[in-house]
Amino acid sequence: MNPLRDPQDRRLPRIAGPCGLVIFGVTGDLSRKKLMPAVYDLASRGLLPPGFSLVGFARRDWADEDFAQVVHDAVREHSRTPFREEVWKQLSRGIRFVPGNFDDDVAFRTLRQTIEDLDRARGTNGNHAFYLSIPPRYFSDVIGQLKEHGLAEQVGDAWRRVVVEKPFGSNLATARELNAVVSEVFPSGSVFRIDHYLGKETVQNILAMRFANAMFEPIWNSNYVDHVQITMAEDIGIGGRAGYYDGIGAARDVIQNHLLQLMALIAMEEPTSFDAKSLRIEKQKVLESVALPRRLDLGTARAQYTEGWAGGVKVPGYTQEQDIPAGSTTETYAAIKVGIDTRRWAGVPFYLRHGKRLGRRVTEVAVVFKKAPHQPFSATATEELGKNALVIRVQPDEGITMRFGSKVPGTAMEIRDVNMDFAYGGSFVESSPEAYERLILDVLLGEPPLFPRHEEVELAWKILDPVIDYWADRGQPDTYPAGTWGPPSADAMLRRDDRVWRRP
Amino acid sequence: MIELTETTSGAIASEFLRSRRRAGSPAMGMVMTLVIVVDDETAEDAMAAARSAAQEHPARLLGVVVGDGRGKARVDAQVGIGSGASGERALIRLTGQVTKHAESVVLPLLLPDSPVVVWWPRDAPPDPASDPLGSLAQRRITDAASVPSRRAKAMLTQCRSYAPGNTDLAWTRITTWRAILASTLDQEPGKVSAASVSSERISPSADLLAAWLSDRLRVRVTRHVSEGPGITGVAMTTRSGEISLQRSDGKLATLTSPGQPDRPVALRRRTTAELLAEELRRLDPDDVYAATVKRMVTLSAAGAAARTRARKATR
Repeated sequence: MNPLRDPQDRRLPRIAGPCGLVIFGVTGDLSRKKLMPAVYDLASRGLLPPGFSLVGFARRDWADEDFAQVVHDAVREHSRTPFREEVWKQLSRGIRFVPGNFDDDVAFRTLRQTIEDLDRARGTNGNHAFYLSIPPRYFSDVIGQLKEHGLAEQVGDAWRRVVVEKPFGSNLATARELNAVVSEVFPSGSVFRIDHYLGKETVQNILAMRFANAMFEPIWNSNYVDHVQITMAEDIGIGGRAGYYDGIGAARDVIQNHLLQLMALIAMEEPTSFDAKSLRIEKQKVLESVALPRRLDLGTARAQYTEGWAGGVKVPGYTQEQDIPAGSTTETYAAIKVGIDTRRWAGVPFYLRHGKRLGRRVTEVAVVFKKAPHQPFSATATEELGKNALVIRVQPDEGITMRFGSKVPGTAMEIRDVNMDFAYGGSFVESSPEAYERLILDVLLGEPPLFPRHEEVELAWKILDPVIDYWADRGQPDTYPAGTWGPPSADAMLRRDDRVWRRP
Repeated sequence: MIELTETTSGAIASEFLRSRRRAGSPAMGMVMTLVIVVDDETAEDAMAAARSAAQEHPARLLGVVVGDGRGKARVDAQVGIGSGASGERALIRLTGQVTKHAESVVLPLLLPDSPVVVWWPRDAPPDPASDPLGSLAQRRITDAASVPSRRAKAMLTQCRSYAPGNTDLAWTRITTWRAILASTLDQEPGKVSAASVSSERISPSADLLAAWLSDRLRVRVTRHVSEGPGITGVAMTTRSGEISLQRSDGKLATLTSPGQPDRPVALRRRTTAELLAEELRRLDPDDVYAATVKRMVTLSAAGAAARTRARKATR
């Protein structure tokens, strides 16, 4: 027991023990815009161990210094905290680069050598995390190489961890294959699947809001909740991601991971504690009890954006985007209705929707309540009164909005909806770390609560696979003009239930 | 900023409300009231630091300038909201008899229910908890390193009058040191047999660091005087060798530990705004600080007794 540690001492931050991070695919956008700046920000906040090392692996003819320059530029441009010479000095001395292909034995031998040198020169003690910021088709190559060159072996107290990004497969079968590849080499406790949404402060705040307060729990059930809408809207098109996106589509890209995870956090029962296992059990229970509508034609909608004006700019339709085949049936908008078969949620539909080129960029969860059972006011007085709602704004402008009725000032009794706002982003923004900072630190600390396990990934595919299969047999998706809030079929889907989508 | 001359707390409160309405946003996202007791000289810097800390902890900032106690009682204030900062702020100047009753001005301006923090950026009362303003607060922040006179004794005075909820920025300053030392010791199991702290001649932070080490490690901690700035080094002797963290430029330190290569560690001296932001993160009594100040008082009494014995022996 370290005498300088005291559970009462809550000022002391959690600093990762001696370790290093190896990033595969350092030339990618994610790596430059998110990972490297996050590593710097962590160092700047004093959360990385002295001697922390960063190894880049890519097919580039770079020396260590060239890579250090790349990191330096990325940090300068994208880091959240101000650039400081002393932080850079601490970090830069541990930067290494290994050039090579994923099937190149020599390169992996060099990588092994580099890691062993770092253990000696920087004191990383054999603790290394491998971040696979690469397309999934290379996973098996890289992981096979890690195994073959003994890089995945955990000797003594030393740990080896692997970090993978979504997509975790494209259906249940491929997700299982992928998991088989990874779990053959790394035990499940050493595999960290990054869903960056779960690292966001606002998403973590869902747990705080639900379980630290007394006022929400009593109404958090089918007695009071009418339905729940979970929306992730993007104003951008597919941009340069044509190669990845076509054939994947909105449902696989976003609903399978982010939206179902958000739904699980909103709908789950209170975990017995906040450790990884208890959280996972509760999330899993929700995902296991999800039921799709019996008629998928009435309970789902999908569409593609067509040419139009979005925010004052003329933009092309999906099939006119570069490298997208003219007859593509990939959906850029998906909406599904699901139920959760538990006592708490029986009869409360959850509507999930995601689309590209929608009205604006926004992610939110809206819990919409039932109307008061009786109104002592006249029908005209409450004509403008909608349903009460609690909206958790995940991004941008993070916060919580409560919507309820209030009297319009004046002599007559008229009641209309007003918003009460709590701006989480505006308030705590300065200290609010990027999702990737939190997640990378958790990987280095070995704390998995925020990472979905393969059971959750597989359950999510089980929910989505029937929908995607159903769509696959139905030819062309519907269309919606770019810059609008989706296709008429999605509106009709809610109208059948006598509800409307919120305009987020 | 709106100037209110010869005013009252009620008028200041109405001005807050009016300013919020004018800005078109009646919502209040504030989580605390921060009262800053300043003199004219330091008012500007202190308010700037508090505004910056309020980015993280939206607060109603009440700067209280206690002026000349002679003449007619008079309250003047500058009130403002917004302009790039969250929360509300007022700088209130007291002259005349009211300087003795500052709490009567502050009390009506405290946000309902939310915690109250009082910060004395320079001179602090010898017993903050029984100070009329201090007793309004859950959290009382002093800064022994920046008192204008009798600096050598300032920390000890605060330690002696410690009450739950008291804290000193000298303690906040060493969080980064303590974090690195604690995580280094995670890697070095085994008893620490001796420790030392070196710093510039007067350094309340170094005193607290030595007291903390002595309290946690149960060893004698020796003190060395260096050129500064601030704390320049800490060393701990373990069975396998010496762990040492040395910083000579106030920015970049070097960590040495047995069987490990020397490693650079960024260990910058933080700004007041950053210290204040850390301080406002937790508003419950700091138990580790309580144990440390207790230790410091014991050590100082033991030191005084030893000096008396030494004087008697030489006589």
